[in-house]
Amino acid sequence: MQDLLRRYGTLLTAVFVILTAFWLLALVVLPNFTMLESSFRPYLPVTEIGGPKDVYSFGNYLKFFANSTDTSFLGMTFQMPIHMKIFFLTVWYSAIVTLVTFLITYPLAYYLAKVVNPRTLPSLLLLILIPLWVSEALRAFAWYIILTLNGPLNAVLVGIGILDKPVRWQQGVVTPYDAIMIGLVYTYLFFMLFPIYNAIQSLDTNQIEAAEDLGSPWWRTHLRVILPHAKPGIASGCVMVFMLSAGSLLVPVQLGSPRSLWFTQTIQQWMLEAQDWNTGAAYSLLFLLLCIVFVFAVMRIFKVNLSDIAK
Amino acid sequence: MHKRRDILFHLYMVLFLLYLLLPLVIMGGAAFNDNKLPSVYPWKGWTDRWFIDLWNDERMWIAFRNTILVALAVAALAVPIGTAAAILINSISGKVRASLYGLMVAPILAPGAVIGISTLLFWNKFGKAVGSDFILFNPGLHLSVLGQVSYIAAFVMLLVLARLQSFDEGLEEAALDLGATHAQTMRRILLPHLYPAIFAGAAIAFFQSIENFNVTLFTRGTSDTLTVYVFSKVRSGITPTINALAVILILVTLVGTLTYEIVQRRRRAREAALEKASD
Repeated sequence: MQDLLRRYGTLLTAVFVILTAFWLLALVVLPNFTMLESSFRPYLPVTEIGGPKDVYSFGNYLKFFANSTDTSFLGMTFQMPIHMKIFFLTVWYSAIVTLVTFLITYPLAYYLAKVVNPRTLPSLLLLILIPLWVSEALRAFAWYIILTLNGPLNAVLVGIGILDKPVRWQQGVVTPYDAIMIGLVYTYLFFMLFPIYNAIQSLDTNQIEAAEDLGSPWWRTHLRVILPHAKPGIASGCVMVFMLSAGSLLVPVQLGSPRSLWFTQTIQQWMLEAQDWNTGAAYSLLFLLLCIVFVFAVMRIFKVNLSDIAK
Repeated sequence: MHKRRDILFHLYMVLFLLYLLLPLVIMGGAAFNDNKLPSVYPWKGWTDRWFIDLWNDERMWIAFRNTILVALAVAALAVPIGTAAAILINSISGKVRASLYGLMVAPILAPGAVIGISTLLFWNKFGKAVGSDFILFNPGLHLSVLGQVSYIAAFVMLLVLARLQSFDEGLEEAALDLGATHAQTMRRILLPHLYPAIFAGAAIAFFQSIENFNVTLFTRGTSDTLTVYVFSKVRSGITPTINALAVILILVTLVGTLTYEIVQRRRRAREAALEKASD
């Protein structure tokens, strides 16, 4: 701070401080604080706001635990509140999406970083990046076209005899969330690919060769040399893909069906359809809490810190 | 042994590229199909009417204009904020720095819906508290701008902070010793060094804003941006005009990235040639 004053004088330092304070207070801290405060207020008609009924309660949070339905998970059946069920399904399927993107992109990241001819790499990266430049809304829409009942995927699969008749992909085949997961993997793959690619690229190729010369089979080289080195990249990719998937609204709305609700859709219903902003705030807070827990869990498991993830 | 492995890798790469690009080709193809529903199958003949429909769609043009205006506003706010924050955090150390840094990068990881909702609630309550019905406090695209800036400024901050690591502070000392004012030091010494990061930050801010959907959806009020327009079209009976829009956007980005790449390669080739000449 002293240093800043000496270099740039009082006026410029004040500008820096004011701009940063405006950002962190007016755009980050206070809005989240308002959300916390609102989440404890009841939903009232405009005339009664500030009146005797406008007192703090846990009412909005209790809605999360209301309306129990039958739930079956991995063969077990039990009672669970509907919104809680959607919440856990969102977490579960986002985790699967994260795992699948990792499995798809890891070999590719390794290939791009260590195997491919460096001269073709720029063109290859350019090709891979094309879908990233196309808006998220359109990436999901592309899969909507492919997966529709009379769409090209069904036509091809029926045509070559794999399927007898067209399948409603959006209703789901294995789980009701199939189409959503397909869309999420396609949409957020890049956020896994590039952190891992960057991490593997910084590994000295000599280390891989040394492992091979000493007789290590390929899988052990990956397990003992490359994967540990790529750990920060994998952590970063997992956080990004999980958060983006769980927080996505476009993909579930476009590719889901009424049987496959995403937690962001529940929040959206409270906010925009029921116009009950306070309950919306409570649900958003629960969602934010989930994200914080997830980030800390990943930091713990992978033993990395925040600056590694936010690259 | 490596040869067989490499063939497998190349094959995987080709399959992956097909997986990435085929959906876009199918989406683009549907823009030219004379079928009321966006699909490439069954093919009912070649048409350009979806492009004409799109051109005549007034709502699309308004959404397009809004998107550009919001993106410009976001860049105009996020760049100074991000740059100031980077300079500030670069000059402090220890625990304060760590917690401030955490606070700054946290919005990148926060879900867009949460950012949108908290922004909406805060400005709305603020308006009620001061008893004003001023336009700032009601839902609208200006709130979308503020919500987007809250996390996009963090990208700018990270870029500028990275650039600051290679800055030689001795230069500033020299300028000050030689009698430059604080403003001159900033304008002539520090900013020129940061320009690459600032321009990259502005570009990222602009494109991140165009991409944004979640924050905008909750703060926009009744205004449209392109992503919201696409979203509402998909929900309320789609026509292939969306595909026509997609084709145009893909072409624009393709031309843009190709030009950038060619310019970069030429520059590199020129630099390589210069180096050779000087040997």
